Amino acid sequence: MKDLLDGPLKVVNIGLEHFAADLRAAGVEVVEVDWSPPPAGPAALALAARLESGTPAGDRIDAANRVAVKRLLSGDPVLVDVCRAEDVVPGMRDRLLLHAGPPVDWARMCGPMRGAAAGASVLEGWAEDLDAAATLAAQGGLDFEPNHDHDAVGPMTGIISRSMPVMVVENRRFGNRAFCPLNEGLGRVLRFGGNDGVVRERLRWLERVLGPALGAALRSVGGIALKGLVARGLSAGDEMHQRNVACTGLLLRELAPALARSVEERETLAAILAFIAGNDQFFLNVAMALGKAMADPARGVPASSVVTAMARNGTDFGIRLSGTGELWFTAPVEMPRGLYFPGFTEADANPDMGDSTIVETVGLGGFAMAAAPAVAGFVGAGSAAHAAGFTRRMYEITCARNPEWTIPALDFAGVPAGIDARRVVASGIAPTINTGIAHREAGVGQVGAGVVRPPMACFERALSGLADTLPAEGPERVP
Amino acid sequence: MSEDIVANRVRRGFYLDSVALMRLSATLSGREGVESATLMVGIPSNLEILDEAGLLTAEGRGAGPDDLVIVVRATRRSAIDAAFEAAAESLERAAESEEASDRRYPGLRSACEALPGANLALVSVPGPFAAHEARRALGRGLNVLLFSDHVSVEDEVALKREAGRRGLLVMGPDCGTAIIDGVPLAFANRVRRGDIGVIAASGTGLQEFSVLVHRSGGGISHGIGVGGRDLSDEVGAASTLAALEALEHDAGTRHVAILSKPPGPRTEAALIARLAECPKPVTLCLVGRDDAELPANVHLAPTLRDAARHALGPGASESARDAGPGPHPGARPGRIAGLYTGGTLCAEGQAILRRAGARVASNAPIPGVARVDRSGPATAGPPAPGPVHQLLDLGADEYTTGRPHPMIEPAMRAEALEQALADAEVSVVLLDVVLGTGSHPDPATEVTRAIASAPASRPAVVASVCGTDLDPQNASAQRRALERAGVFVAESNADAVEAALSLTAK
Repeated sequence: MKDLLDGPLKVVNIGLEHFAADLRAAGVEVVEVDWSPPPAGPAALALAARLESGTPAGDRIDAANRVAVKRLLSGDPVLVDVCRAEDVVPGMRDRLLLHAGPPVDWARMCGPMRGAAAGASVLEGWAEDLDAAATLAAQGGLDFEPNHDHDAVGPMTGIISRSMPVMVVENRRFGNRAFCPLNEGLGRVLRFGGNDGVVRERLRWLERVLGPALGAALRSVGGIALKGLVARGLSAGDEMHQRNVACTGLLLRELAPALARSVEERETLAAILAFIAGNDQFFLNVAMALGKAMADPARGVPASSVVTAMARNGTDFGIRLSGTGELWFTAPVEMPRGLYFPGFTEADANPDMGDSTIVETVGLGGFAMAAAPAVAGFVGAGSAAHAAGFTRRMYEITCARNPEWTIPALDFAGVPAGIDARRVVASGIAPTINTGIAHREAGVGQVGAGVVRPPMACFERALSGLADTLPAEGPERVP
Repeated sequence: MSEDIVANRVRRGFYLDSVALMRLSATLSGREGVESATLMVGIPSNLEILDEAGLLTAEGRGAGPDDLVIVVRATRRSAIDAAFEAAAESLERAAESEEASDRRYPGLRSACEALPGANLALVSVPGPFAAHEARRALGRGLNVLLFSDHVSVEDEVALKREAGRRGLLVMGPDCGTAIIDGVPLAFANRVRRGDIGVIAASGTGLQEFSVLVHRSGGGISHGIGVGGRDLSDEVGAASTLAALEALEHDAGTRHVAILSKPPGPRTEAALIARLAECPKPVTLCLVGRDDAELPANVHLAPTLRDAARHALGPGASESARDAGPGPHPGARPGRIAGLYTGGTLCAEGQAILRRAGARVASNAPIPGVARVDRSGPATAGPPAPGPVHQLLDLGADEYTTGRPHPMIEPAMRAEALEQALADAEVSVVLLDVVLGTGSHPDPATEVTRAIASAPASRPAVVASVCGTDLDPQNASAQRRALERAGVFVAESNADAVEAALSLTAK
């Protein structure tokens, strides 16, 4: 208080704008908070306040978060191999389909995910055709488990079955591995629920040709370190969720010589190079495995409110906190807002879906929007200033800035990293997620792209769940 | 439904980011008469998409991968031409960047980072969210001026306890006025800096006091608002005591003044005990309280005017004493109708009338004053000779719920004023005209307009102007405007009340 009377007065104005104008006219330094009512209820806000820094529980959480964020930022993800899922993904077995997001059973599954599941069942030979596959699933003949419980992530429907090739990213700092399928390209693809003969044919090519070739090439060069590659991508306009143009090119540049050595047939090599070069989003799946490999070591730090996973299954949005282990905190998923391809409208859109939010979890995607002004155009002006605004908002809800991933347009500020669930609830600022938009019917594919926000209820519930893990004298839980 | 026309145009060798193209497509699709518009680079897969959607014409088919295809589907030819024109224009226009030039930040954290050394959060968000934002500001080490009202007393106690733990100060809730480091905050007057430090549980109390000190040549070191409930027994003077300690240590403060309604009994005892330890002389004004047992360094002033005089000390220049109003042509027996915008000025008026032995009623009564509601004066108490004067606080909740405070928007008082001026039972109309930052830019005009339309036999009008010539409204100009309309303008609210009373006695 002493510094208040000793001056000079420096004011943060929260509310009526004319007060700030009056103060500025009086020569006082003022900054204004662009305030809007926080969506969380009073009980959740009170809980967030009781867990805020400066309280006994809050200080404990702060210390835990420092540990979790240090683990997150010190990861060293390297793309080391491409293997068949059943050879590397822990717990992968017959009749098991891994899917995006928190747990969901067939009865509650959205159209595209059912479509992808049916397609994978036919691919694996568990069913004669798509109808038979659906019947099999409805009768409980298939197991469904989240990718996240198997060290894996998958875009959109995220379906992984045993024969599918997965990329292997190893976090050399901590020794853990993460897996993600190969990106199939645009159009009718399994990740959007596509499941016809063309889709399955392409998947077989990935399994028999592309996967083994990439695996051999990666092994021959001892893997490709990804952290620096992403850093270069950020300075070339990628945010690694909706835009992976630069990183795809950079990856191809590193892979090409090794592929040339490991692929014997010239036409096969040409097909592989053309496939990667023809898909600007090829790197997205690499970035996802990287995100998973970096986020996993941050799990399990007692009392930490850092978000270690955000994922959607087209029905629910779920998050996990470091301090609450394997628990999912879920709420009904929302509809993305964005722009649509010709011939499609919001009426065609499926609710939000996919594990790709792992890239936001580690500070990329919507969090790195300032690096990719063009992407901001999906939800507004698309100017550099508009894009920077998205990233700046994310600094409100994160613990740190990643010094290794910087954004030139923000004077090389690091991307916001380590989402703190307390800050999300207290500020009412939800993480910004860049996303593709799938058609609500299986097999149609991508119909647009835009931005989606996780439901605030996930964070309120997670905070309440975290409070339950704190010592008894800790704060009350939200009813 | 008429048949849609589809037209393509190809722009050779033109590249624009696909997102920019989609955005442009969306804009063009919104034009009148346009069913849909699409801009795409002419790579084979895009042409295929267009073809499948039935949007590709012969011209579009000829586009190459380096060309841009513009597709418009519309109900009339003219809409298509206009859309092509608009597209061409948009493509030529250099992308305009929106400069984020203002100092608005997405949240408290980035705002604090942008202003190192920030020491005060001014919180004026709606009541239900105010405590939450105040708590977050305290968490970031900021003192808080909580302008918002409708904050529960439980939240107030919790916030002040938290502030105490962190060595910070909470001014408010419902703190309308403060002067910190010479800067008027929220609704405050511009006054000279000086050596009198004020702690006020009342906004207009602090305004009147600081204005009277300024007019007499003195000045204010700091004016610390604490909120109207701070001296209640629930809150226990938490902020008053914190502010007192700060002013004790403040080298620029010679004299401390404390302005409040009468405190809760336990709090009053604790406050007086604490004041005995204050190394600086203290003026205590508990509006409506005429006596109290006090230590030697503490002086009890019955009115804000007396508090200002005492705090200034004998050395200060006496402001010109009023000659008092001359007999008004319409002087007549009857009652005083006080129409106040400032709550504490209304309370001070009641205290003066009560002390003078007059009968008085109010919608915001001090102890010993009858309550009146909006429907009319109360008839409580034994019948006694003489009129019942009525002083209304038009800023009280029953008048301001869902509408602006009369200090900001005096139109509501103008209505009441017109009624009073036409009321044969009213002898004198008594007004406050409160100036300063946040107040209406020209409150005098609302008063003079009402007087101009009043009947010739109107009651006398007595007012005080709470403001200085440094205020944006300029107190002298406001005073002259009132005087030209025939208003007697007193030097202070207390003087105005006394003048009004003397008129009813004539």
